[in-house]
Amino acid sequence: MKDIKFIALFTLVLATLPFLTNSGVVLNFVVMALYASLLAQSWNILGGYSGQFSFGNAVFFGTGAYVQVIAQMHFGLNAWDALFFALSLSAIVGVFIGSVSFRYGLKGSYFALVTLAMAEIFRILSLSVGFTGGGVGLMLPLNNTFLGMQFINKSGYLWLILALVCSTLLITTYIKHSKLGAYMQAVRDNEDAAKALGINPFNVKLFSISISSVVMGAGGAIYVQLFQYIDPGIAYGPQSSVEALVAAIVGGVGTLWGPIIGATALLLMSELTRNLFGQIPGINMVIYGLVLVLIVLFAPSGLSGLGLSVRALFSRSFSSSRSKLIEDSPTHGGKG
Amino acid sequence: MKASLLTSENILSLNSVSKSFAGLKAVSEVSIDVHKYSLTALIGPNGAGKTTLFALISGFLKPDTGRIVYNSNDITGLAPFVNAKEGLTRTFQIVQPFAGQTVLENVAIGAHLHYSNRSQALEYASHVIEKMGLHTYANKLSSDLTIAFRKRLELAKALATQPKLILLDEVLAGLNPREIQEMIPIVKNLVNEGVTVLMIEHVMQAVMNLADKVFVLDHGALIAEGTPSEVTQNELVIEAYLGKGAAERLNRKHLVTSQKEGT
Repeated sequence: MKDIKFIALFTLVLATLPFLTNSGVVLNFVVMALYASLLAQSWNILGGYSGQFSFGNAVFFGTGAYVQVIAQMHFGLNAWDALFFALSLSAIVGVFIGSVSFRYGLKGSYFALVTLAMAEIFRILSLSVGFTGGGVGLMLPLNNTFLGMQFINKSGYLWLILALVCSTLLITTYIKHSKLGAYMQAVRDNEDAAKALGINPFNVKLFSISISSVVMGAGGAIYVQLFQYIDPGIAYGPQSSVEALVAAIVGGVGTLWGPIIGATALLLMSELTRNLFGQIPGINMVIYGLVLVLIVLFAPSGLSGLGLSVRALFSRSFSSSRSKLIEDSPTHGGKG
Repeated sequence: MKASLLTSENILSLNSVSKSFAGLKAVSEVSIDVHKYSLTALIGPNGAGKTTLFALISGFLKPDTGRIVYNSNDITGLAPFVNAKEGLTRTFQIVQPFAGQTVLENVAIGAHLHYSNRSQALEYASHVIEKMGLHTYANKLSSDLTIAFRKRLELAKALATQPKLILLDEVLAGLNPREIQEMIPIVKNLVNEGVTVLMIEHVMQAVMNLADKVFVLDHGALIAEGTPSEVTQNELVIEAYLGKGAAERLNRKHLVTSQKEGT
């Protein structure tokens, strides 16, 4: 249970940070790094442990964000109750997308495209329906109370997001050391072999996407609590999907700490380059793209060096639609 | 000792099973019975439809027509993971390890079918690994194994699910003679432990040595069945392997040796 000790230490150190420093820069950095870690952790559960590459995690992010605001503004719930509904609805969206695409055996690039399309569908819907405020977006009224989940200084946010990141670390640890996790990794590594050993890949993937969507929904809910504003572009645009995916890959896919390492490294880099490039809009996405290419080329196991090779993972999950395993191969003789 | 366990009860019955791929009849009207606790071999030239038949039995493919009965239940068209839970599993001709994981983790995935608890599954897995002579590699990545040990791992994964009937797809292919000699007792031992084995095999030495009964497929159809010595003397079988008229041209002694080389 080395993992548990590290998680405890990590949580303890970060939780005491507000008592050690008053520096807004430091606290803000930690809050944003934890927030980005949460998104990456979500992607890692589905992509890293189950091998289902989502390009549209924004669909869960946006749902979490919108529900968090709407539940407070239109239904008068406090922020904590709203969070409950935000997570539940994200899970429902996750289970819906999962059951539709996994039922029909979509995997690899097909699954990636479906998630991308889903995020886009939700973005357009949120532009056109009334209760999302359309293109104008929704502004969460200021409410600096505990029930409003808004905090005057950053330490409140830090503890809140730390609790979520820590919970996700514990979930991931459980996944690593349980039958469920063994089954997720089996489906990721070889779906046909998994079926032969009594695993129903559909159930395993569905479970995985539901956990992943809850964590991503939490990320969306936290976003609106932090910034008090959401619009269709932020909610369902590619930004959060890409952030989640790149951070997980940079840190090390299929590892416990990879998403946190990756998210922190990326944030550090975009802070540093901000001075270099000034305020060019979208420059961080350009940098993320470059980093992704460099990592895939030169460090496919991520910065931690412990992850699965993202290249192997890509080729494995993107070629598995061929039914090469079950058909007689005429060229494969006895001496094969 | 095998004979004492052998009963006339069938664990598996295929009733005129057929499967076509875009007009090509891969398996055509095949009916076979496999006795409980027996070791039955399925042989035939390349492309005869043996692996397709395995895919049909295990549930990876659905037959177009025909019925498959396992343990007196109709399992036609059931998914492979449903069959695995009932004790019917298979190995793959081209080994399918979980590449990112160690040998122990690979086998534990099979063990999880009956053990939900992680440490119990790992314990049972190491027991299976020990039995398969893989224990020195337990913590190695499965992708680092030689082909002979990958074949053993393939078998170990399937055995960890505690099958009643196991379909072995060419577990000896690609092994050198010494490795084959090491593998044969392992397969033999399965039957002694109460597992029924149906195996596809090209290595005739092993078939002669192991099988109680042999079925021969050619162009998707069953052309012969019987004891190993019966089928190797069958003219249809000789012609399927060596071409038309071969049976007449060859004397039988000659045949057995040339088949060994031709596999």
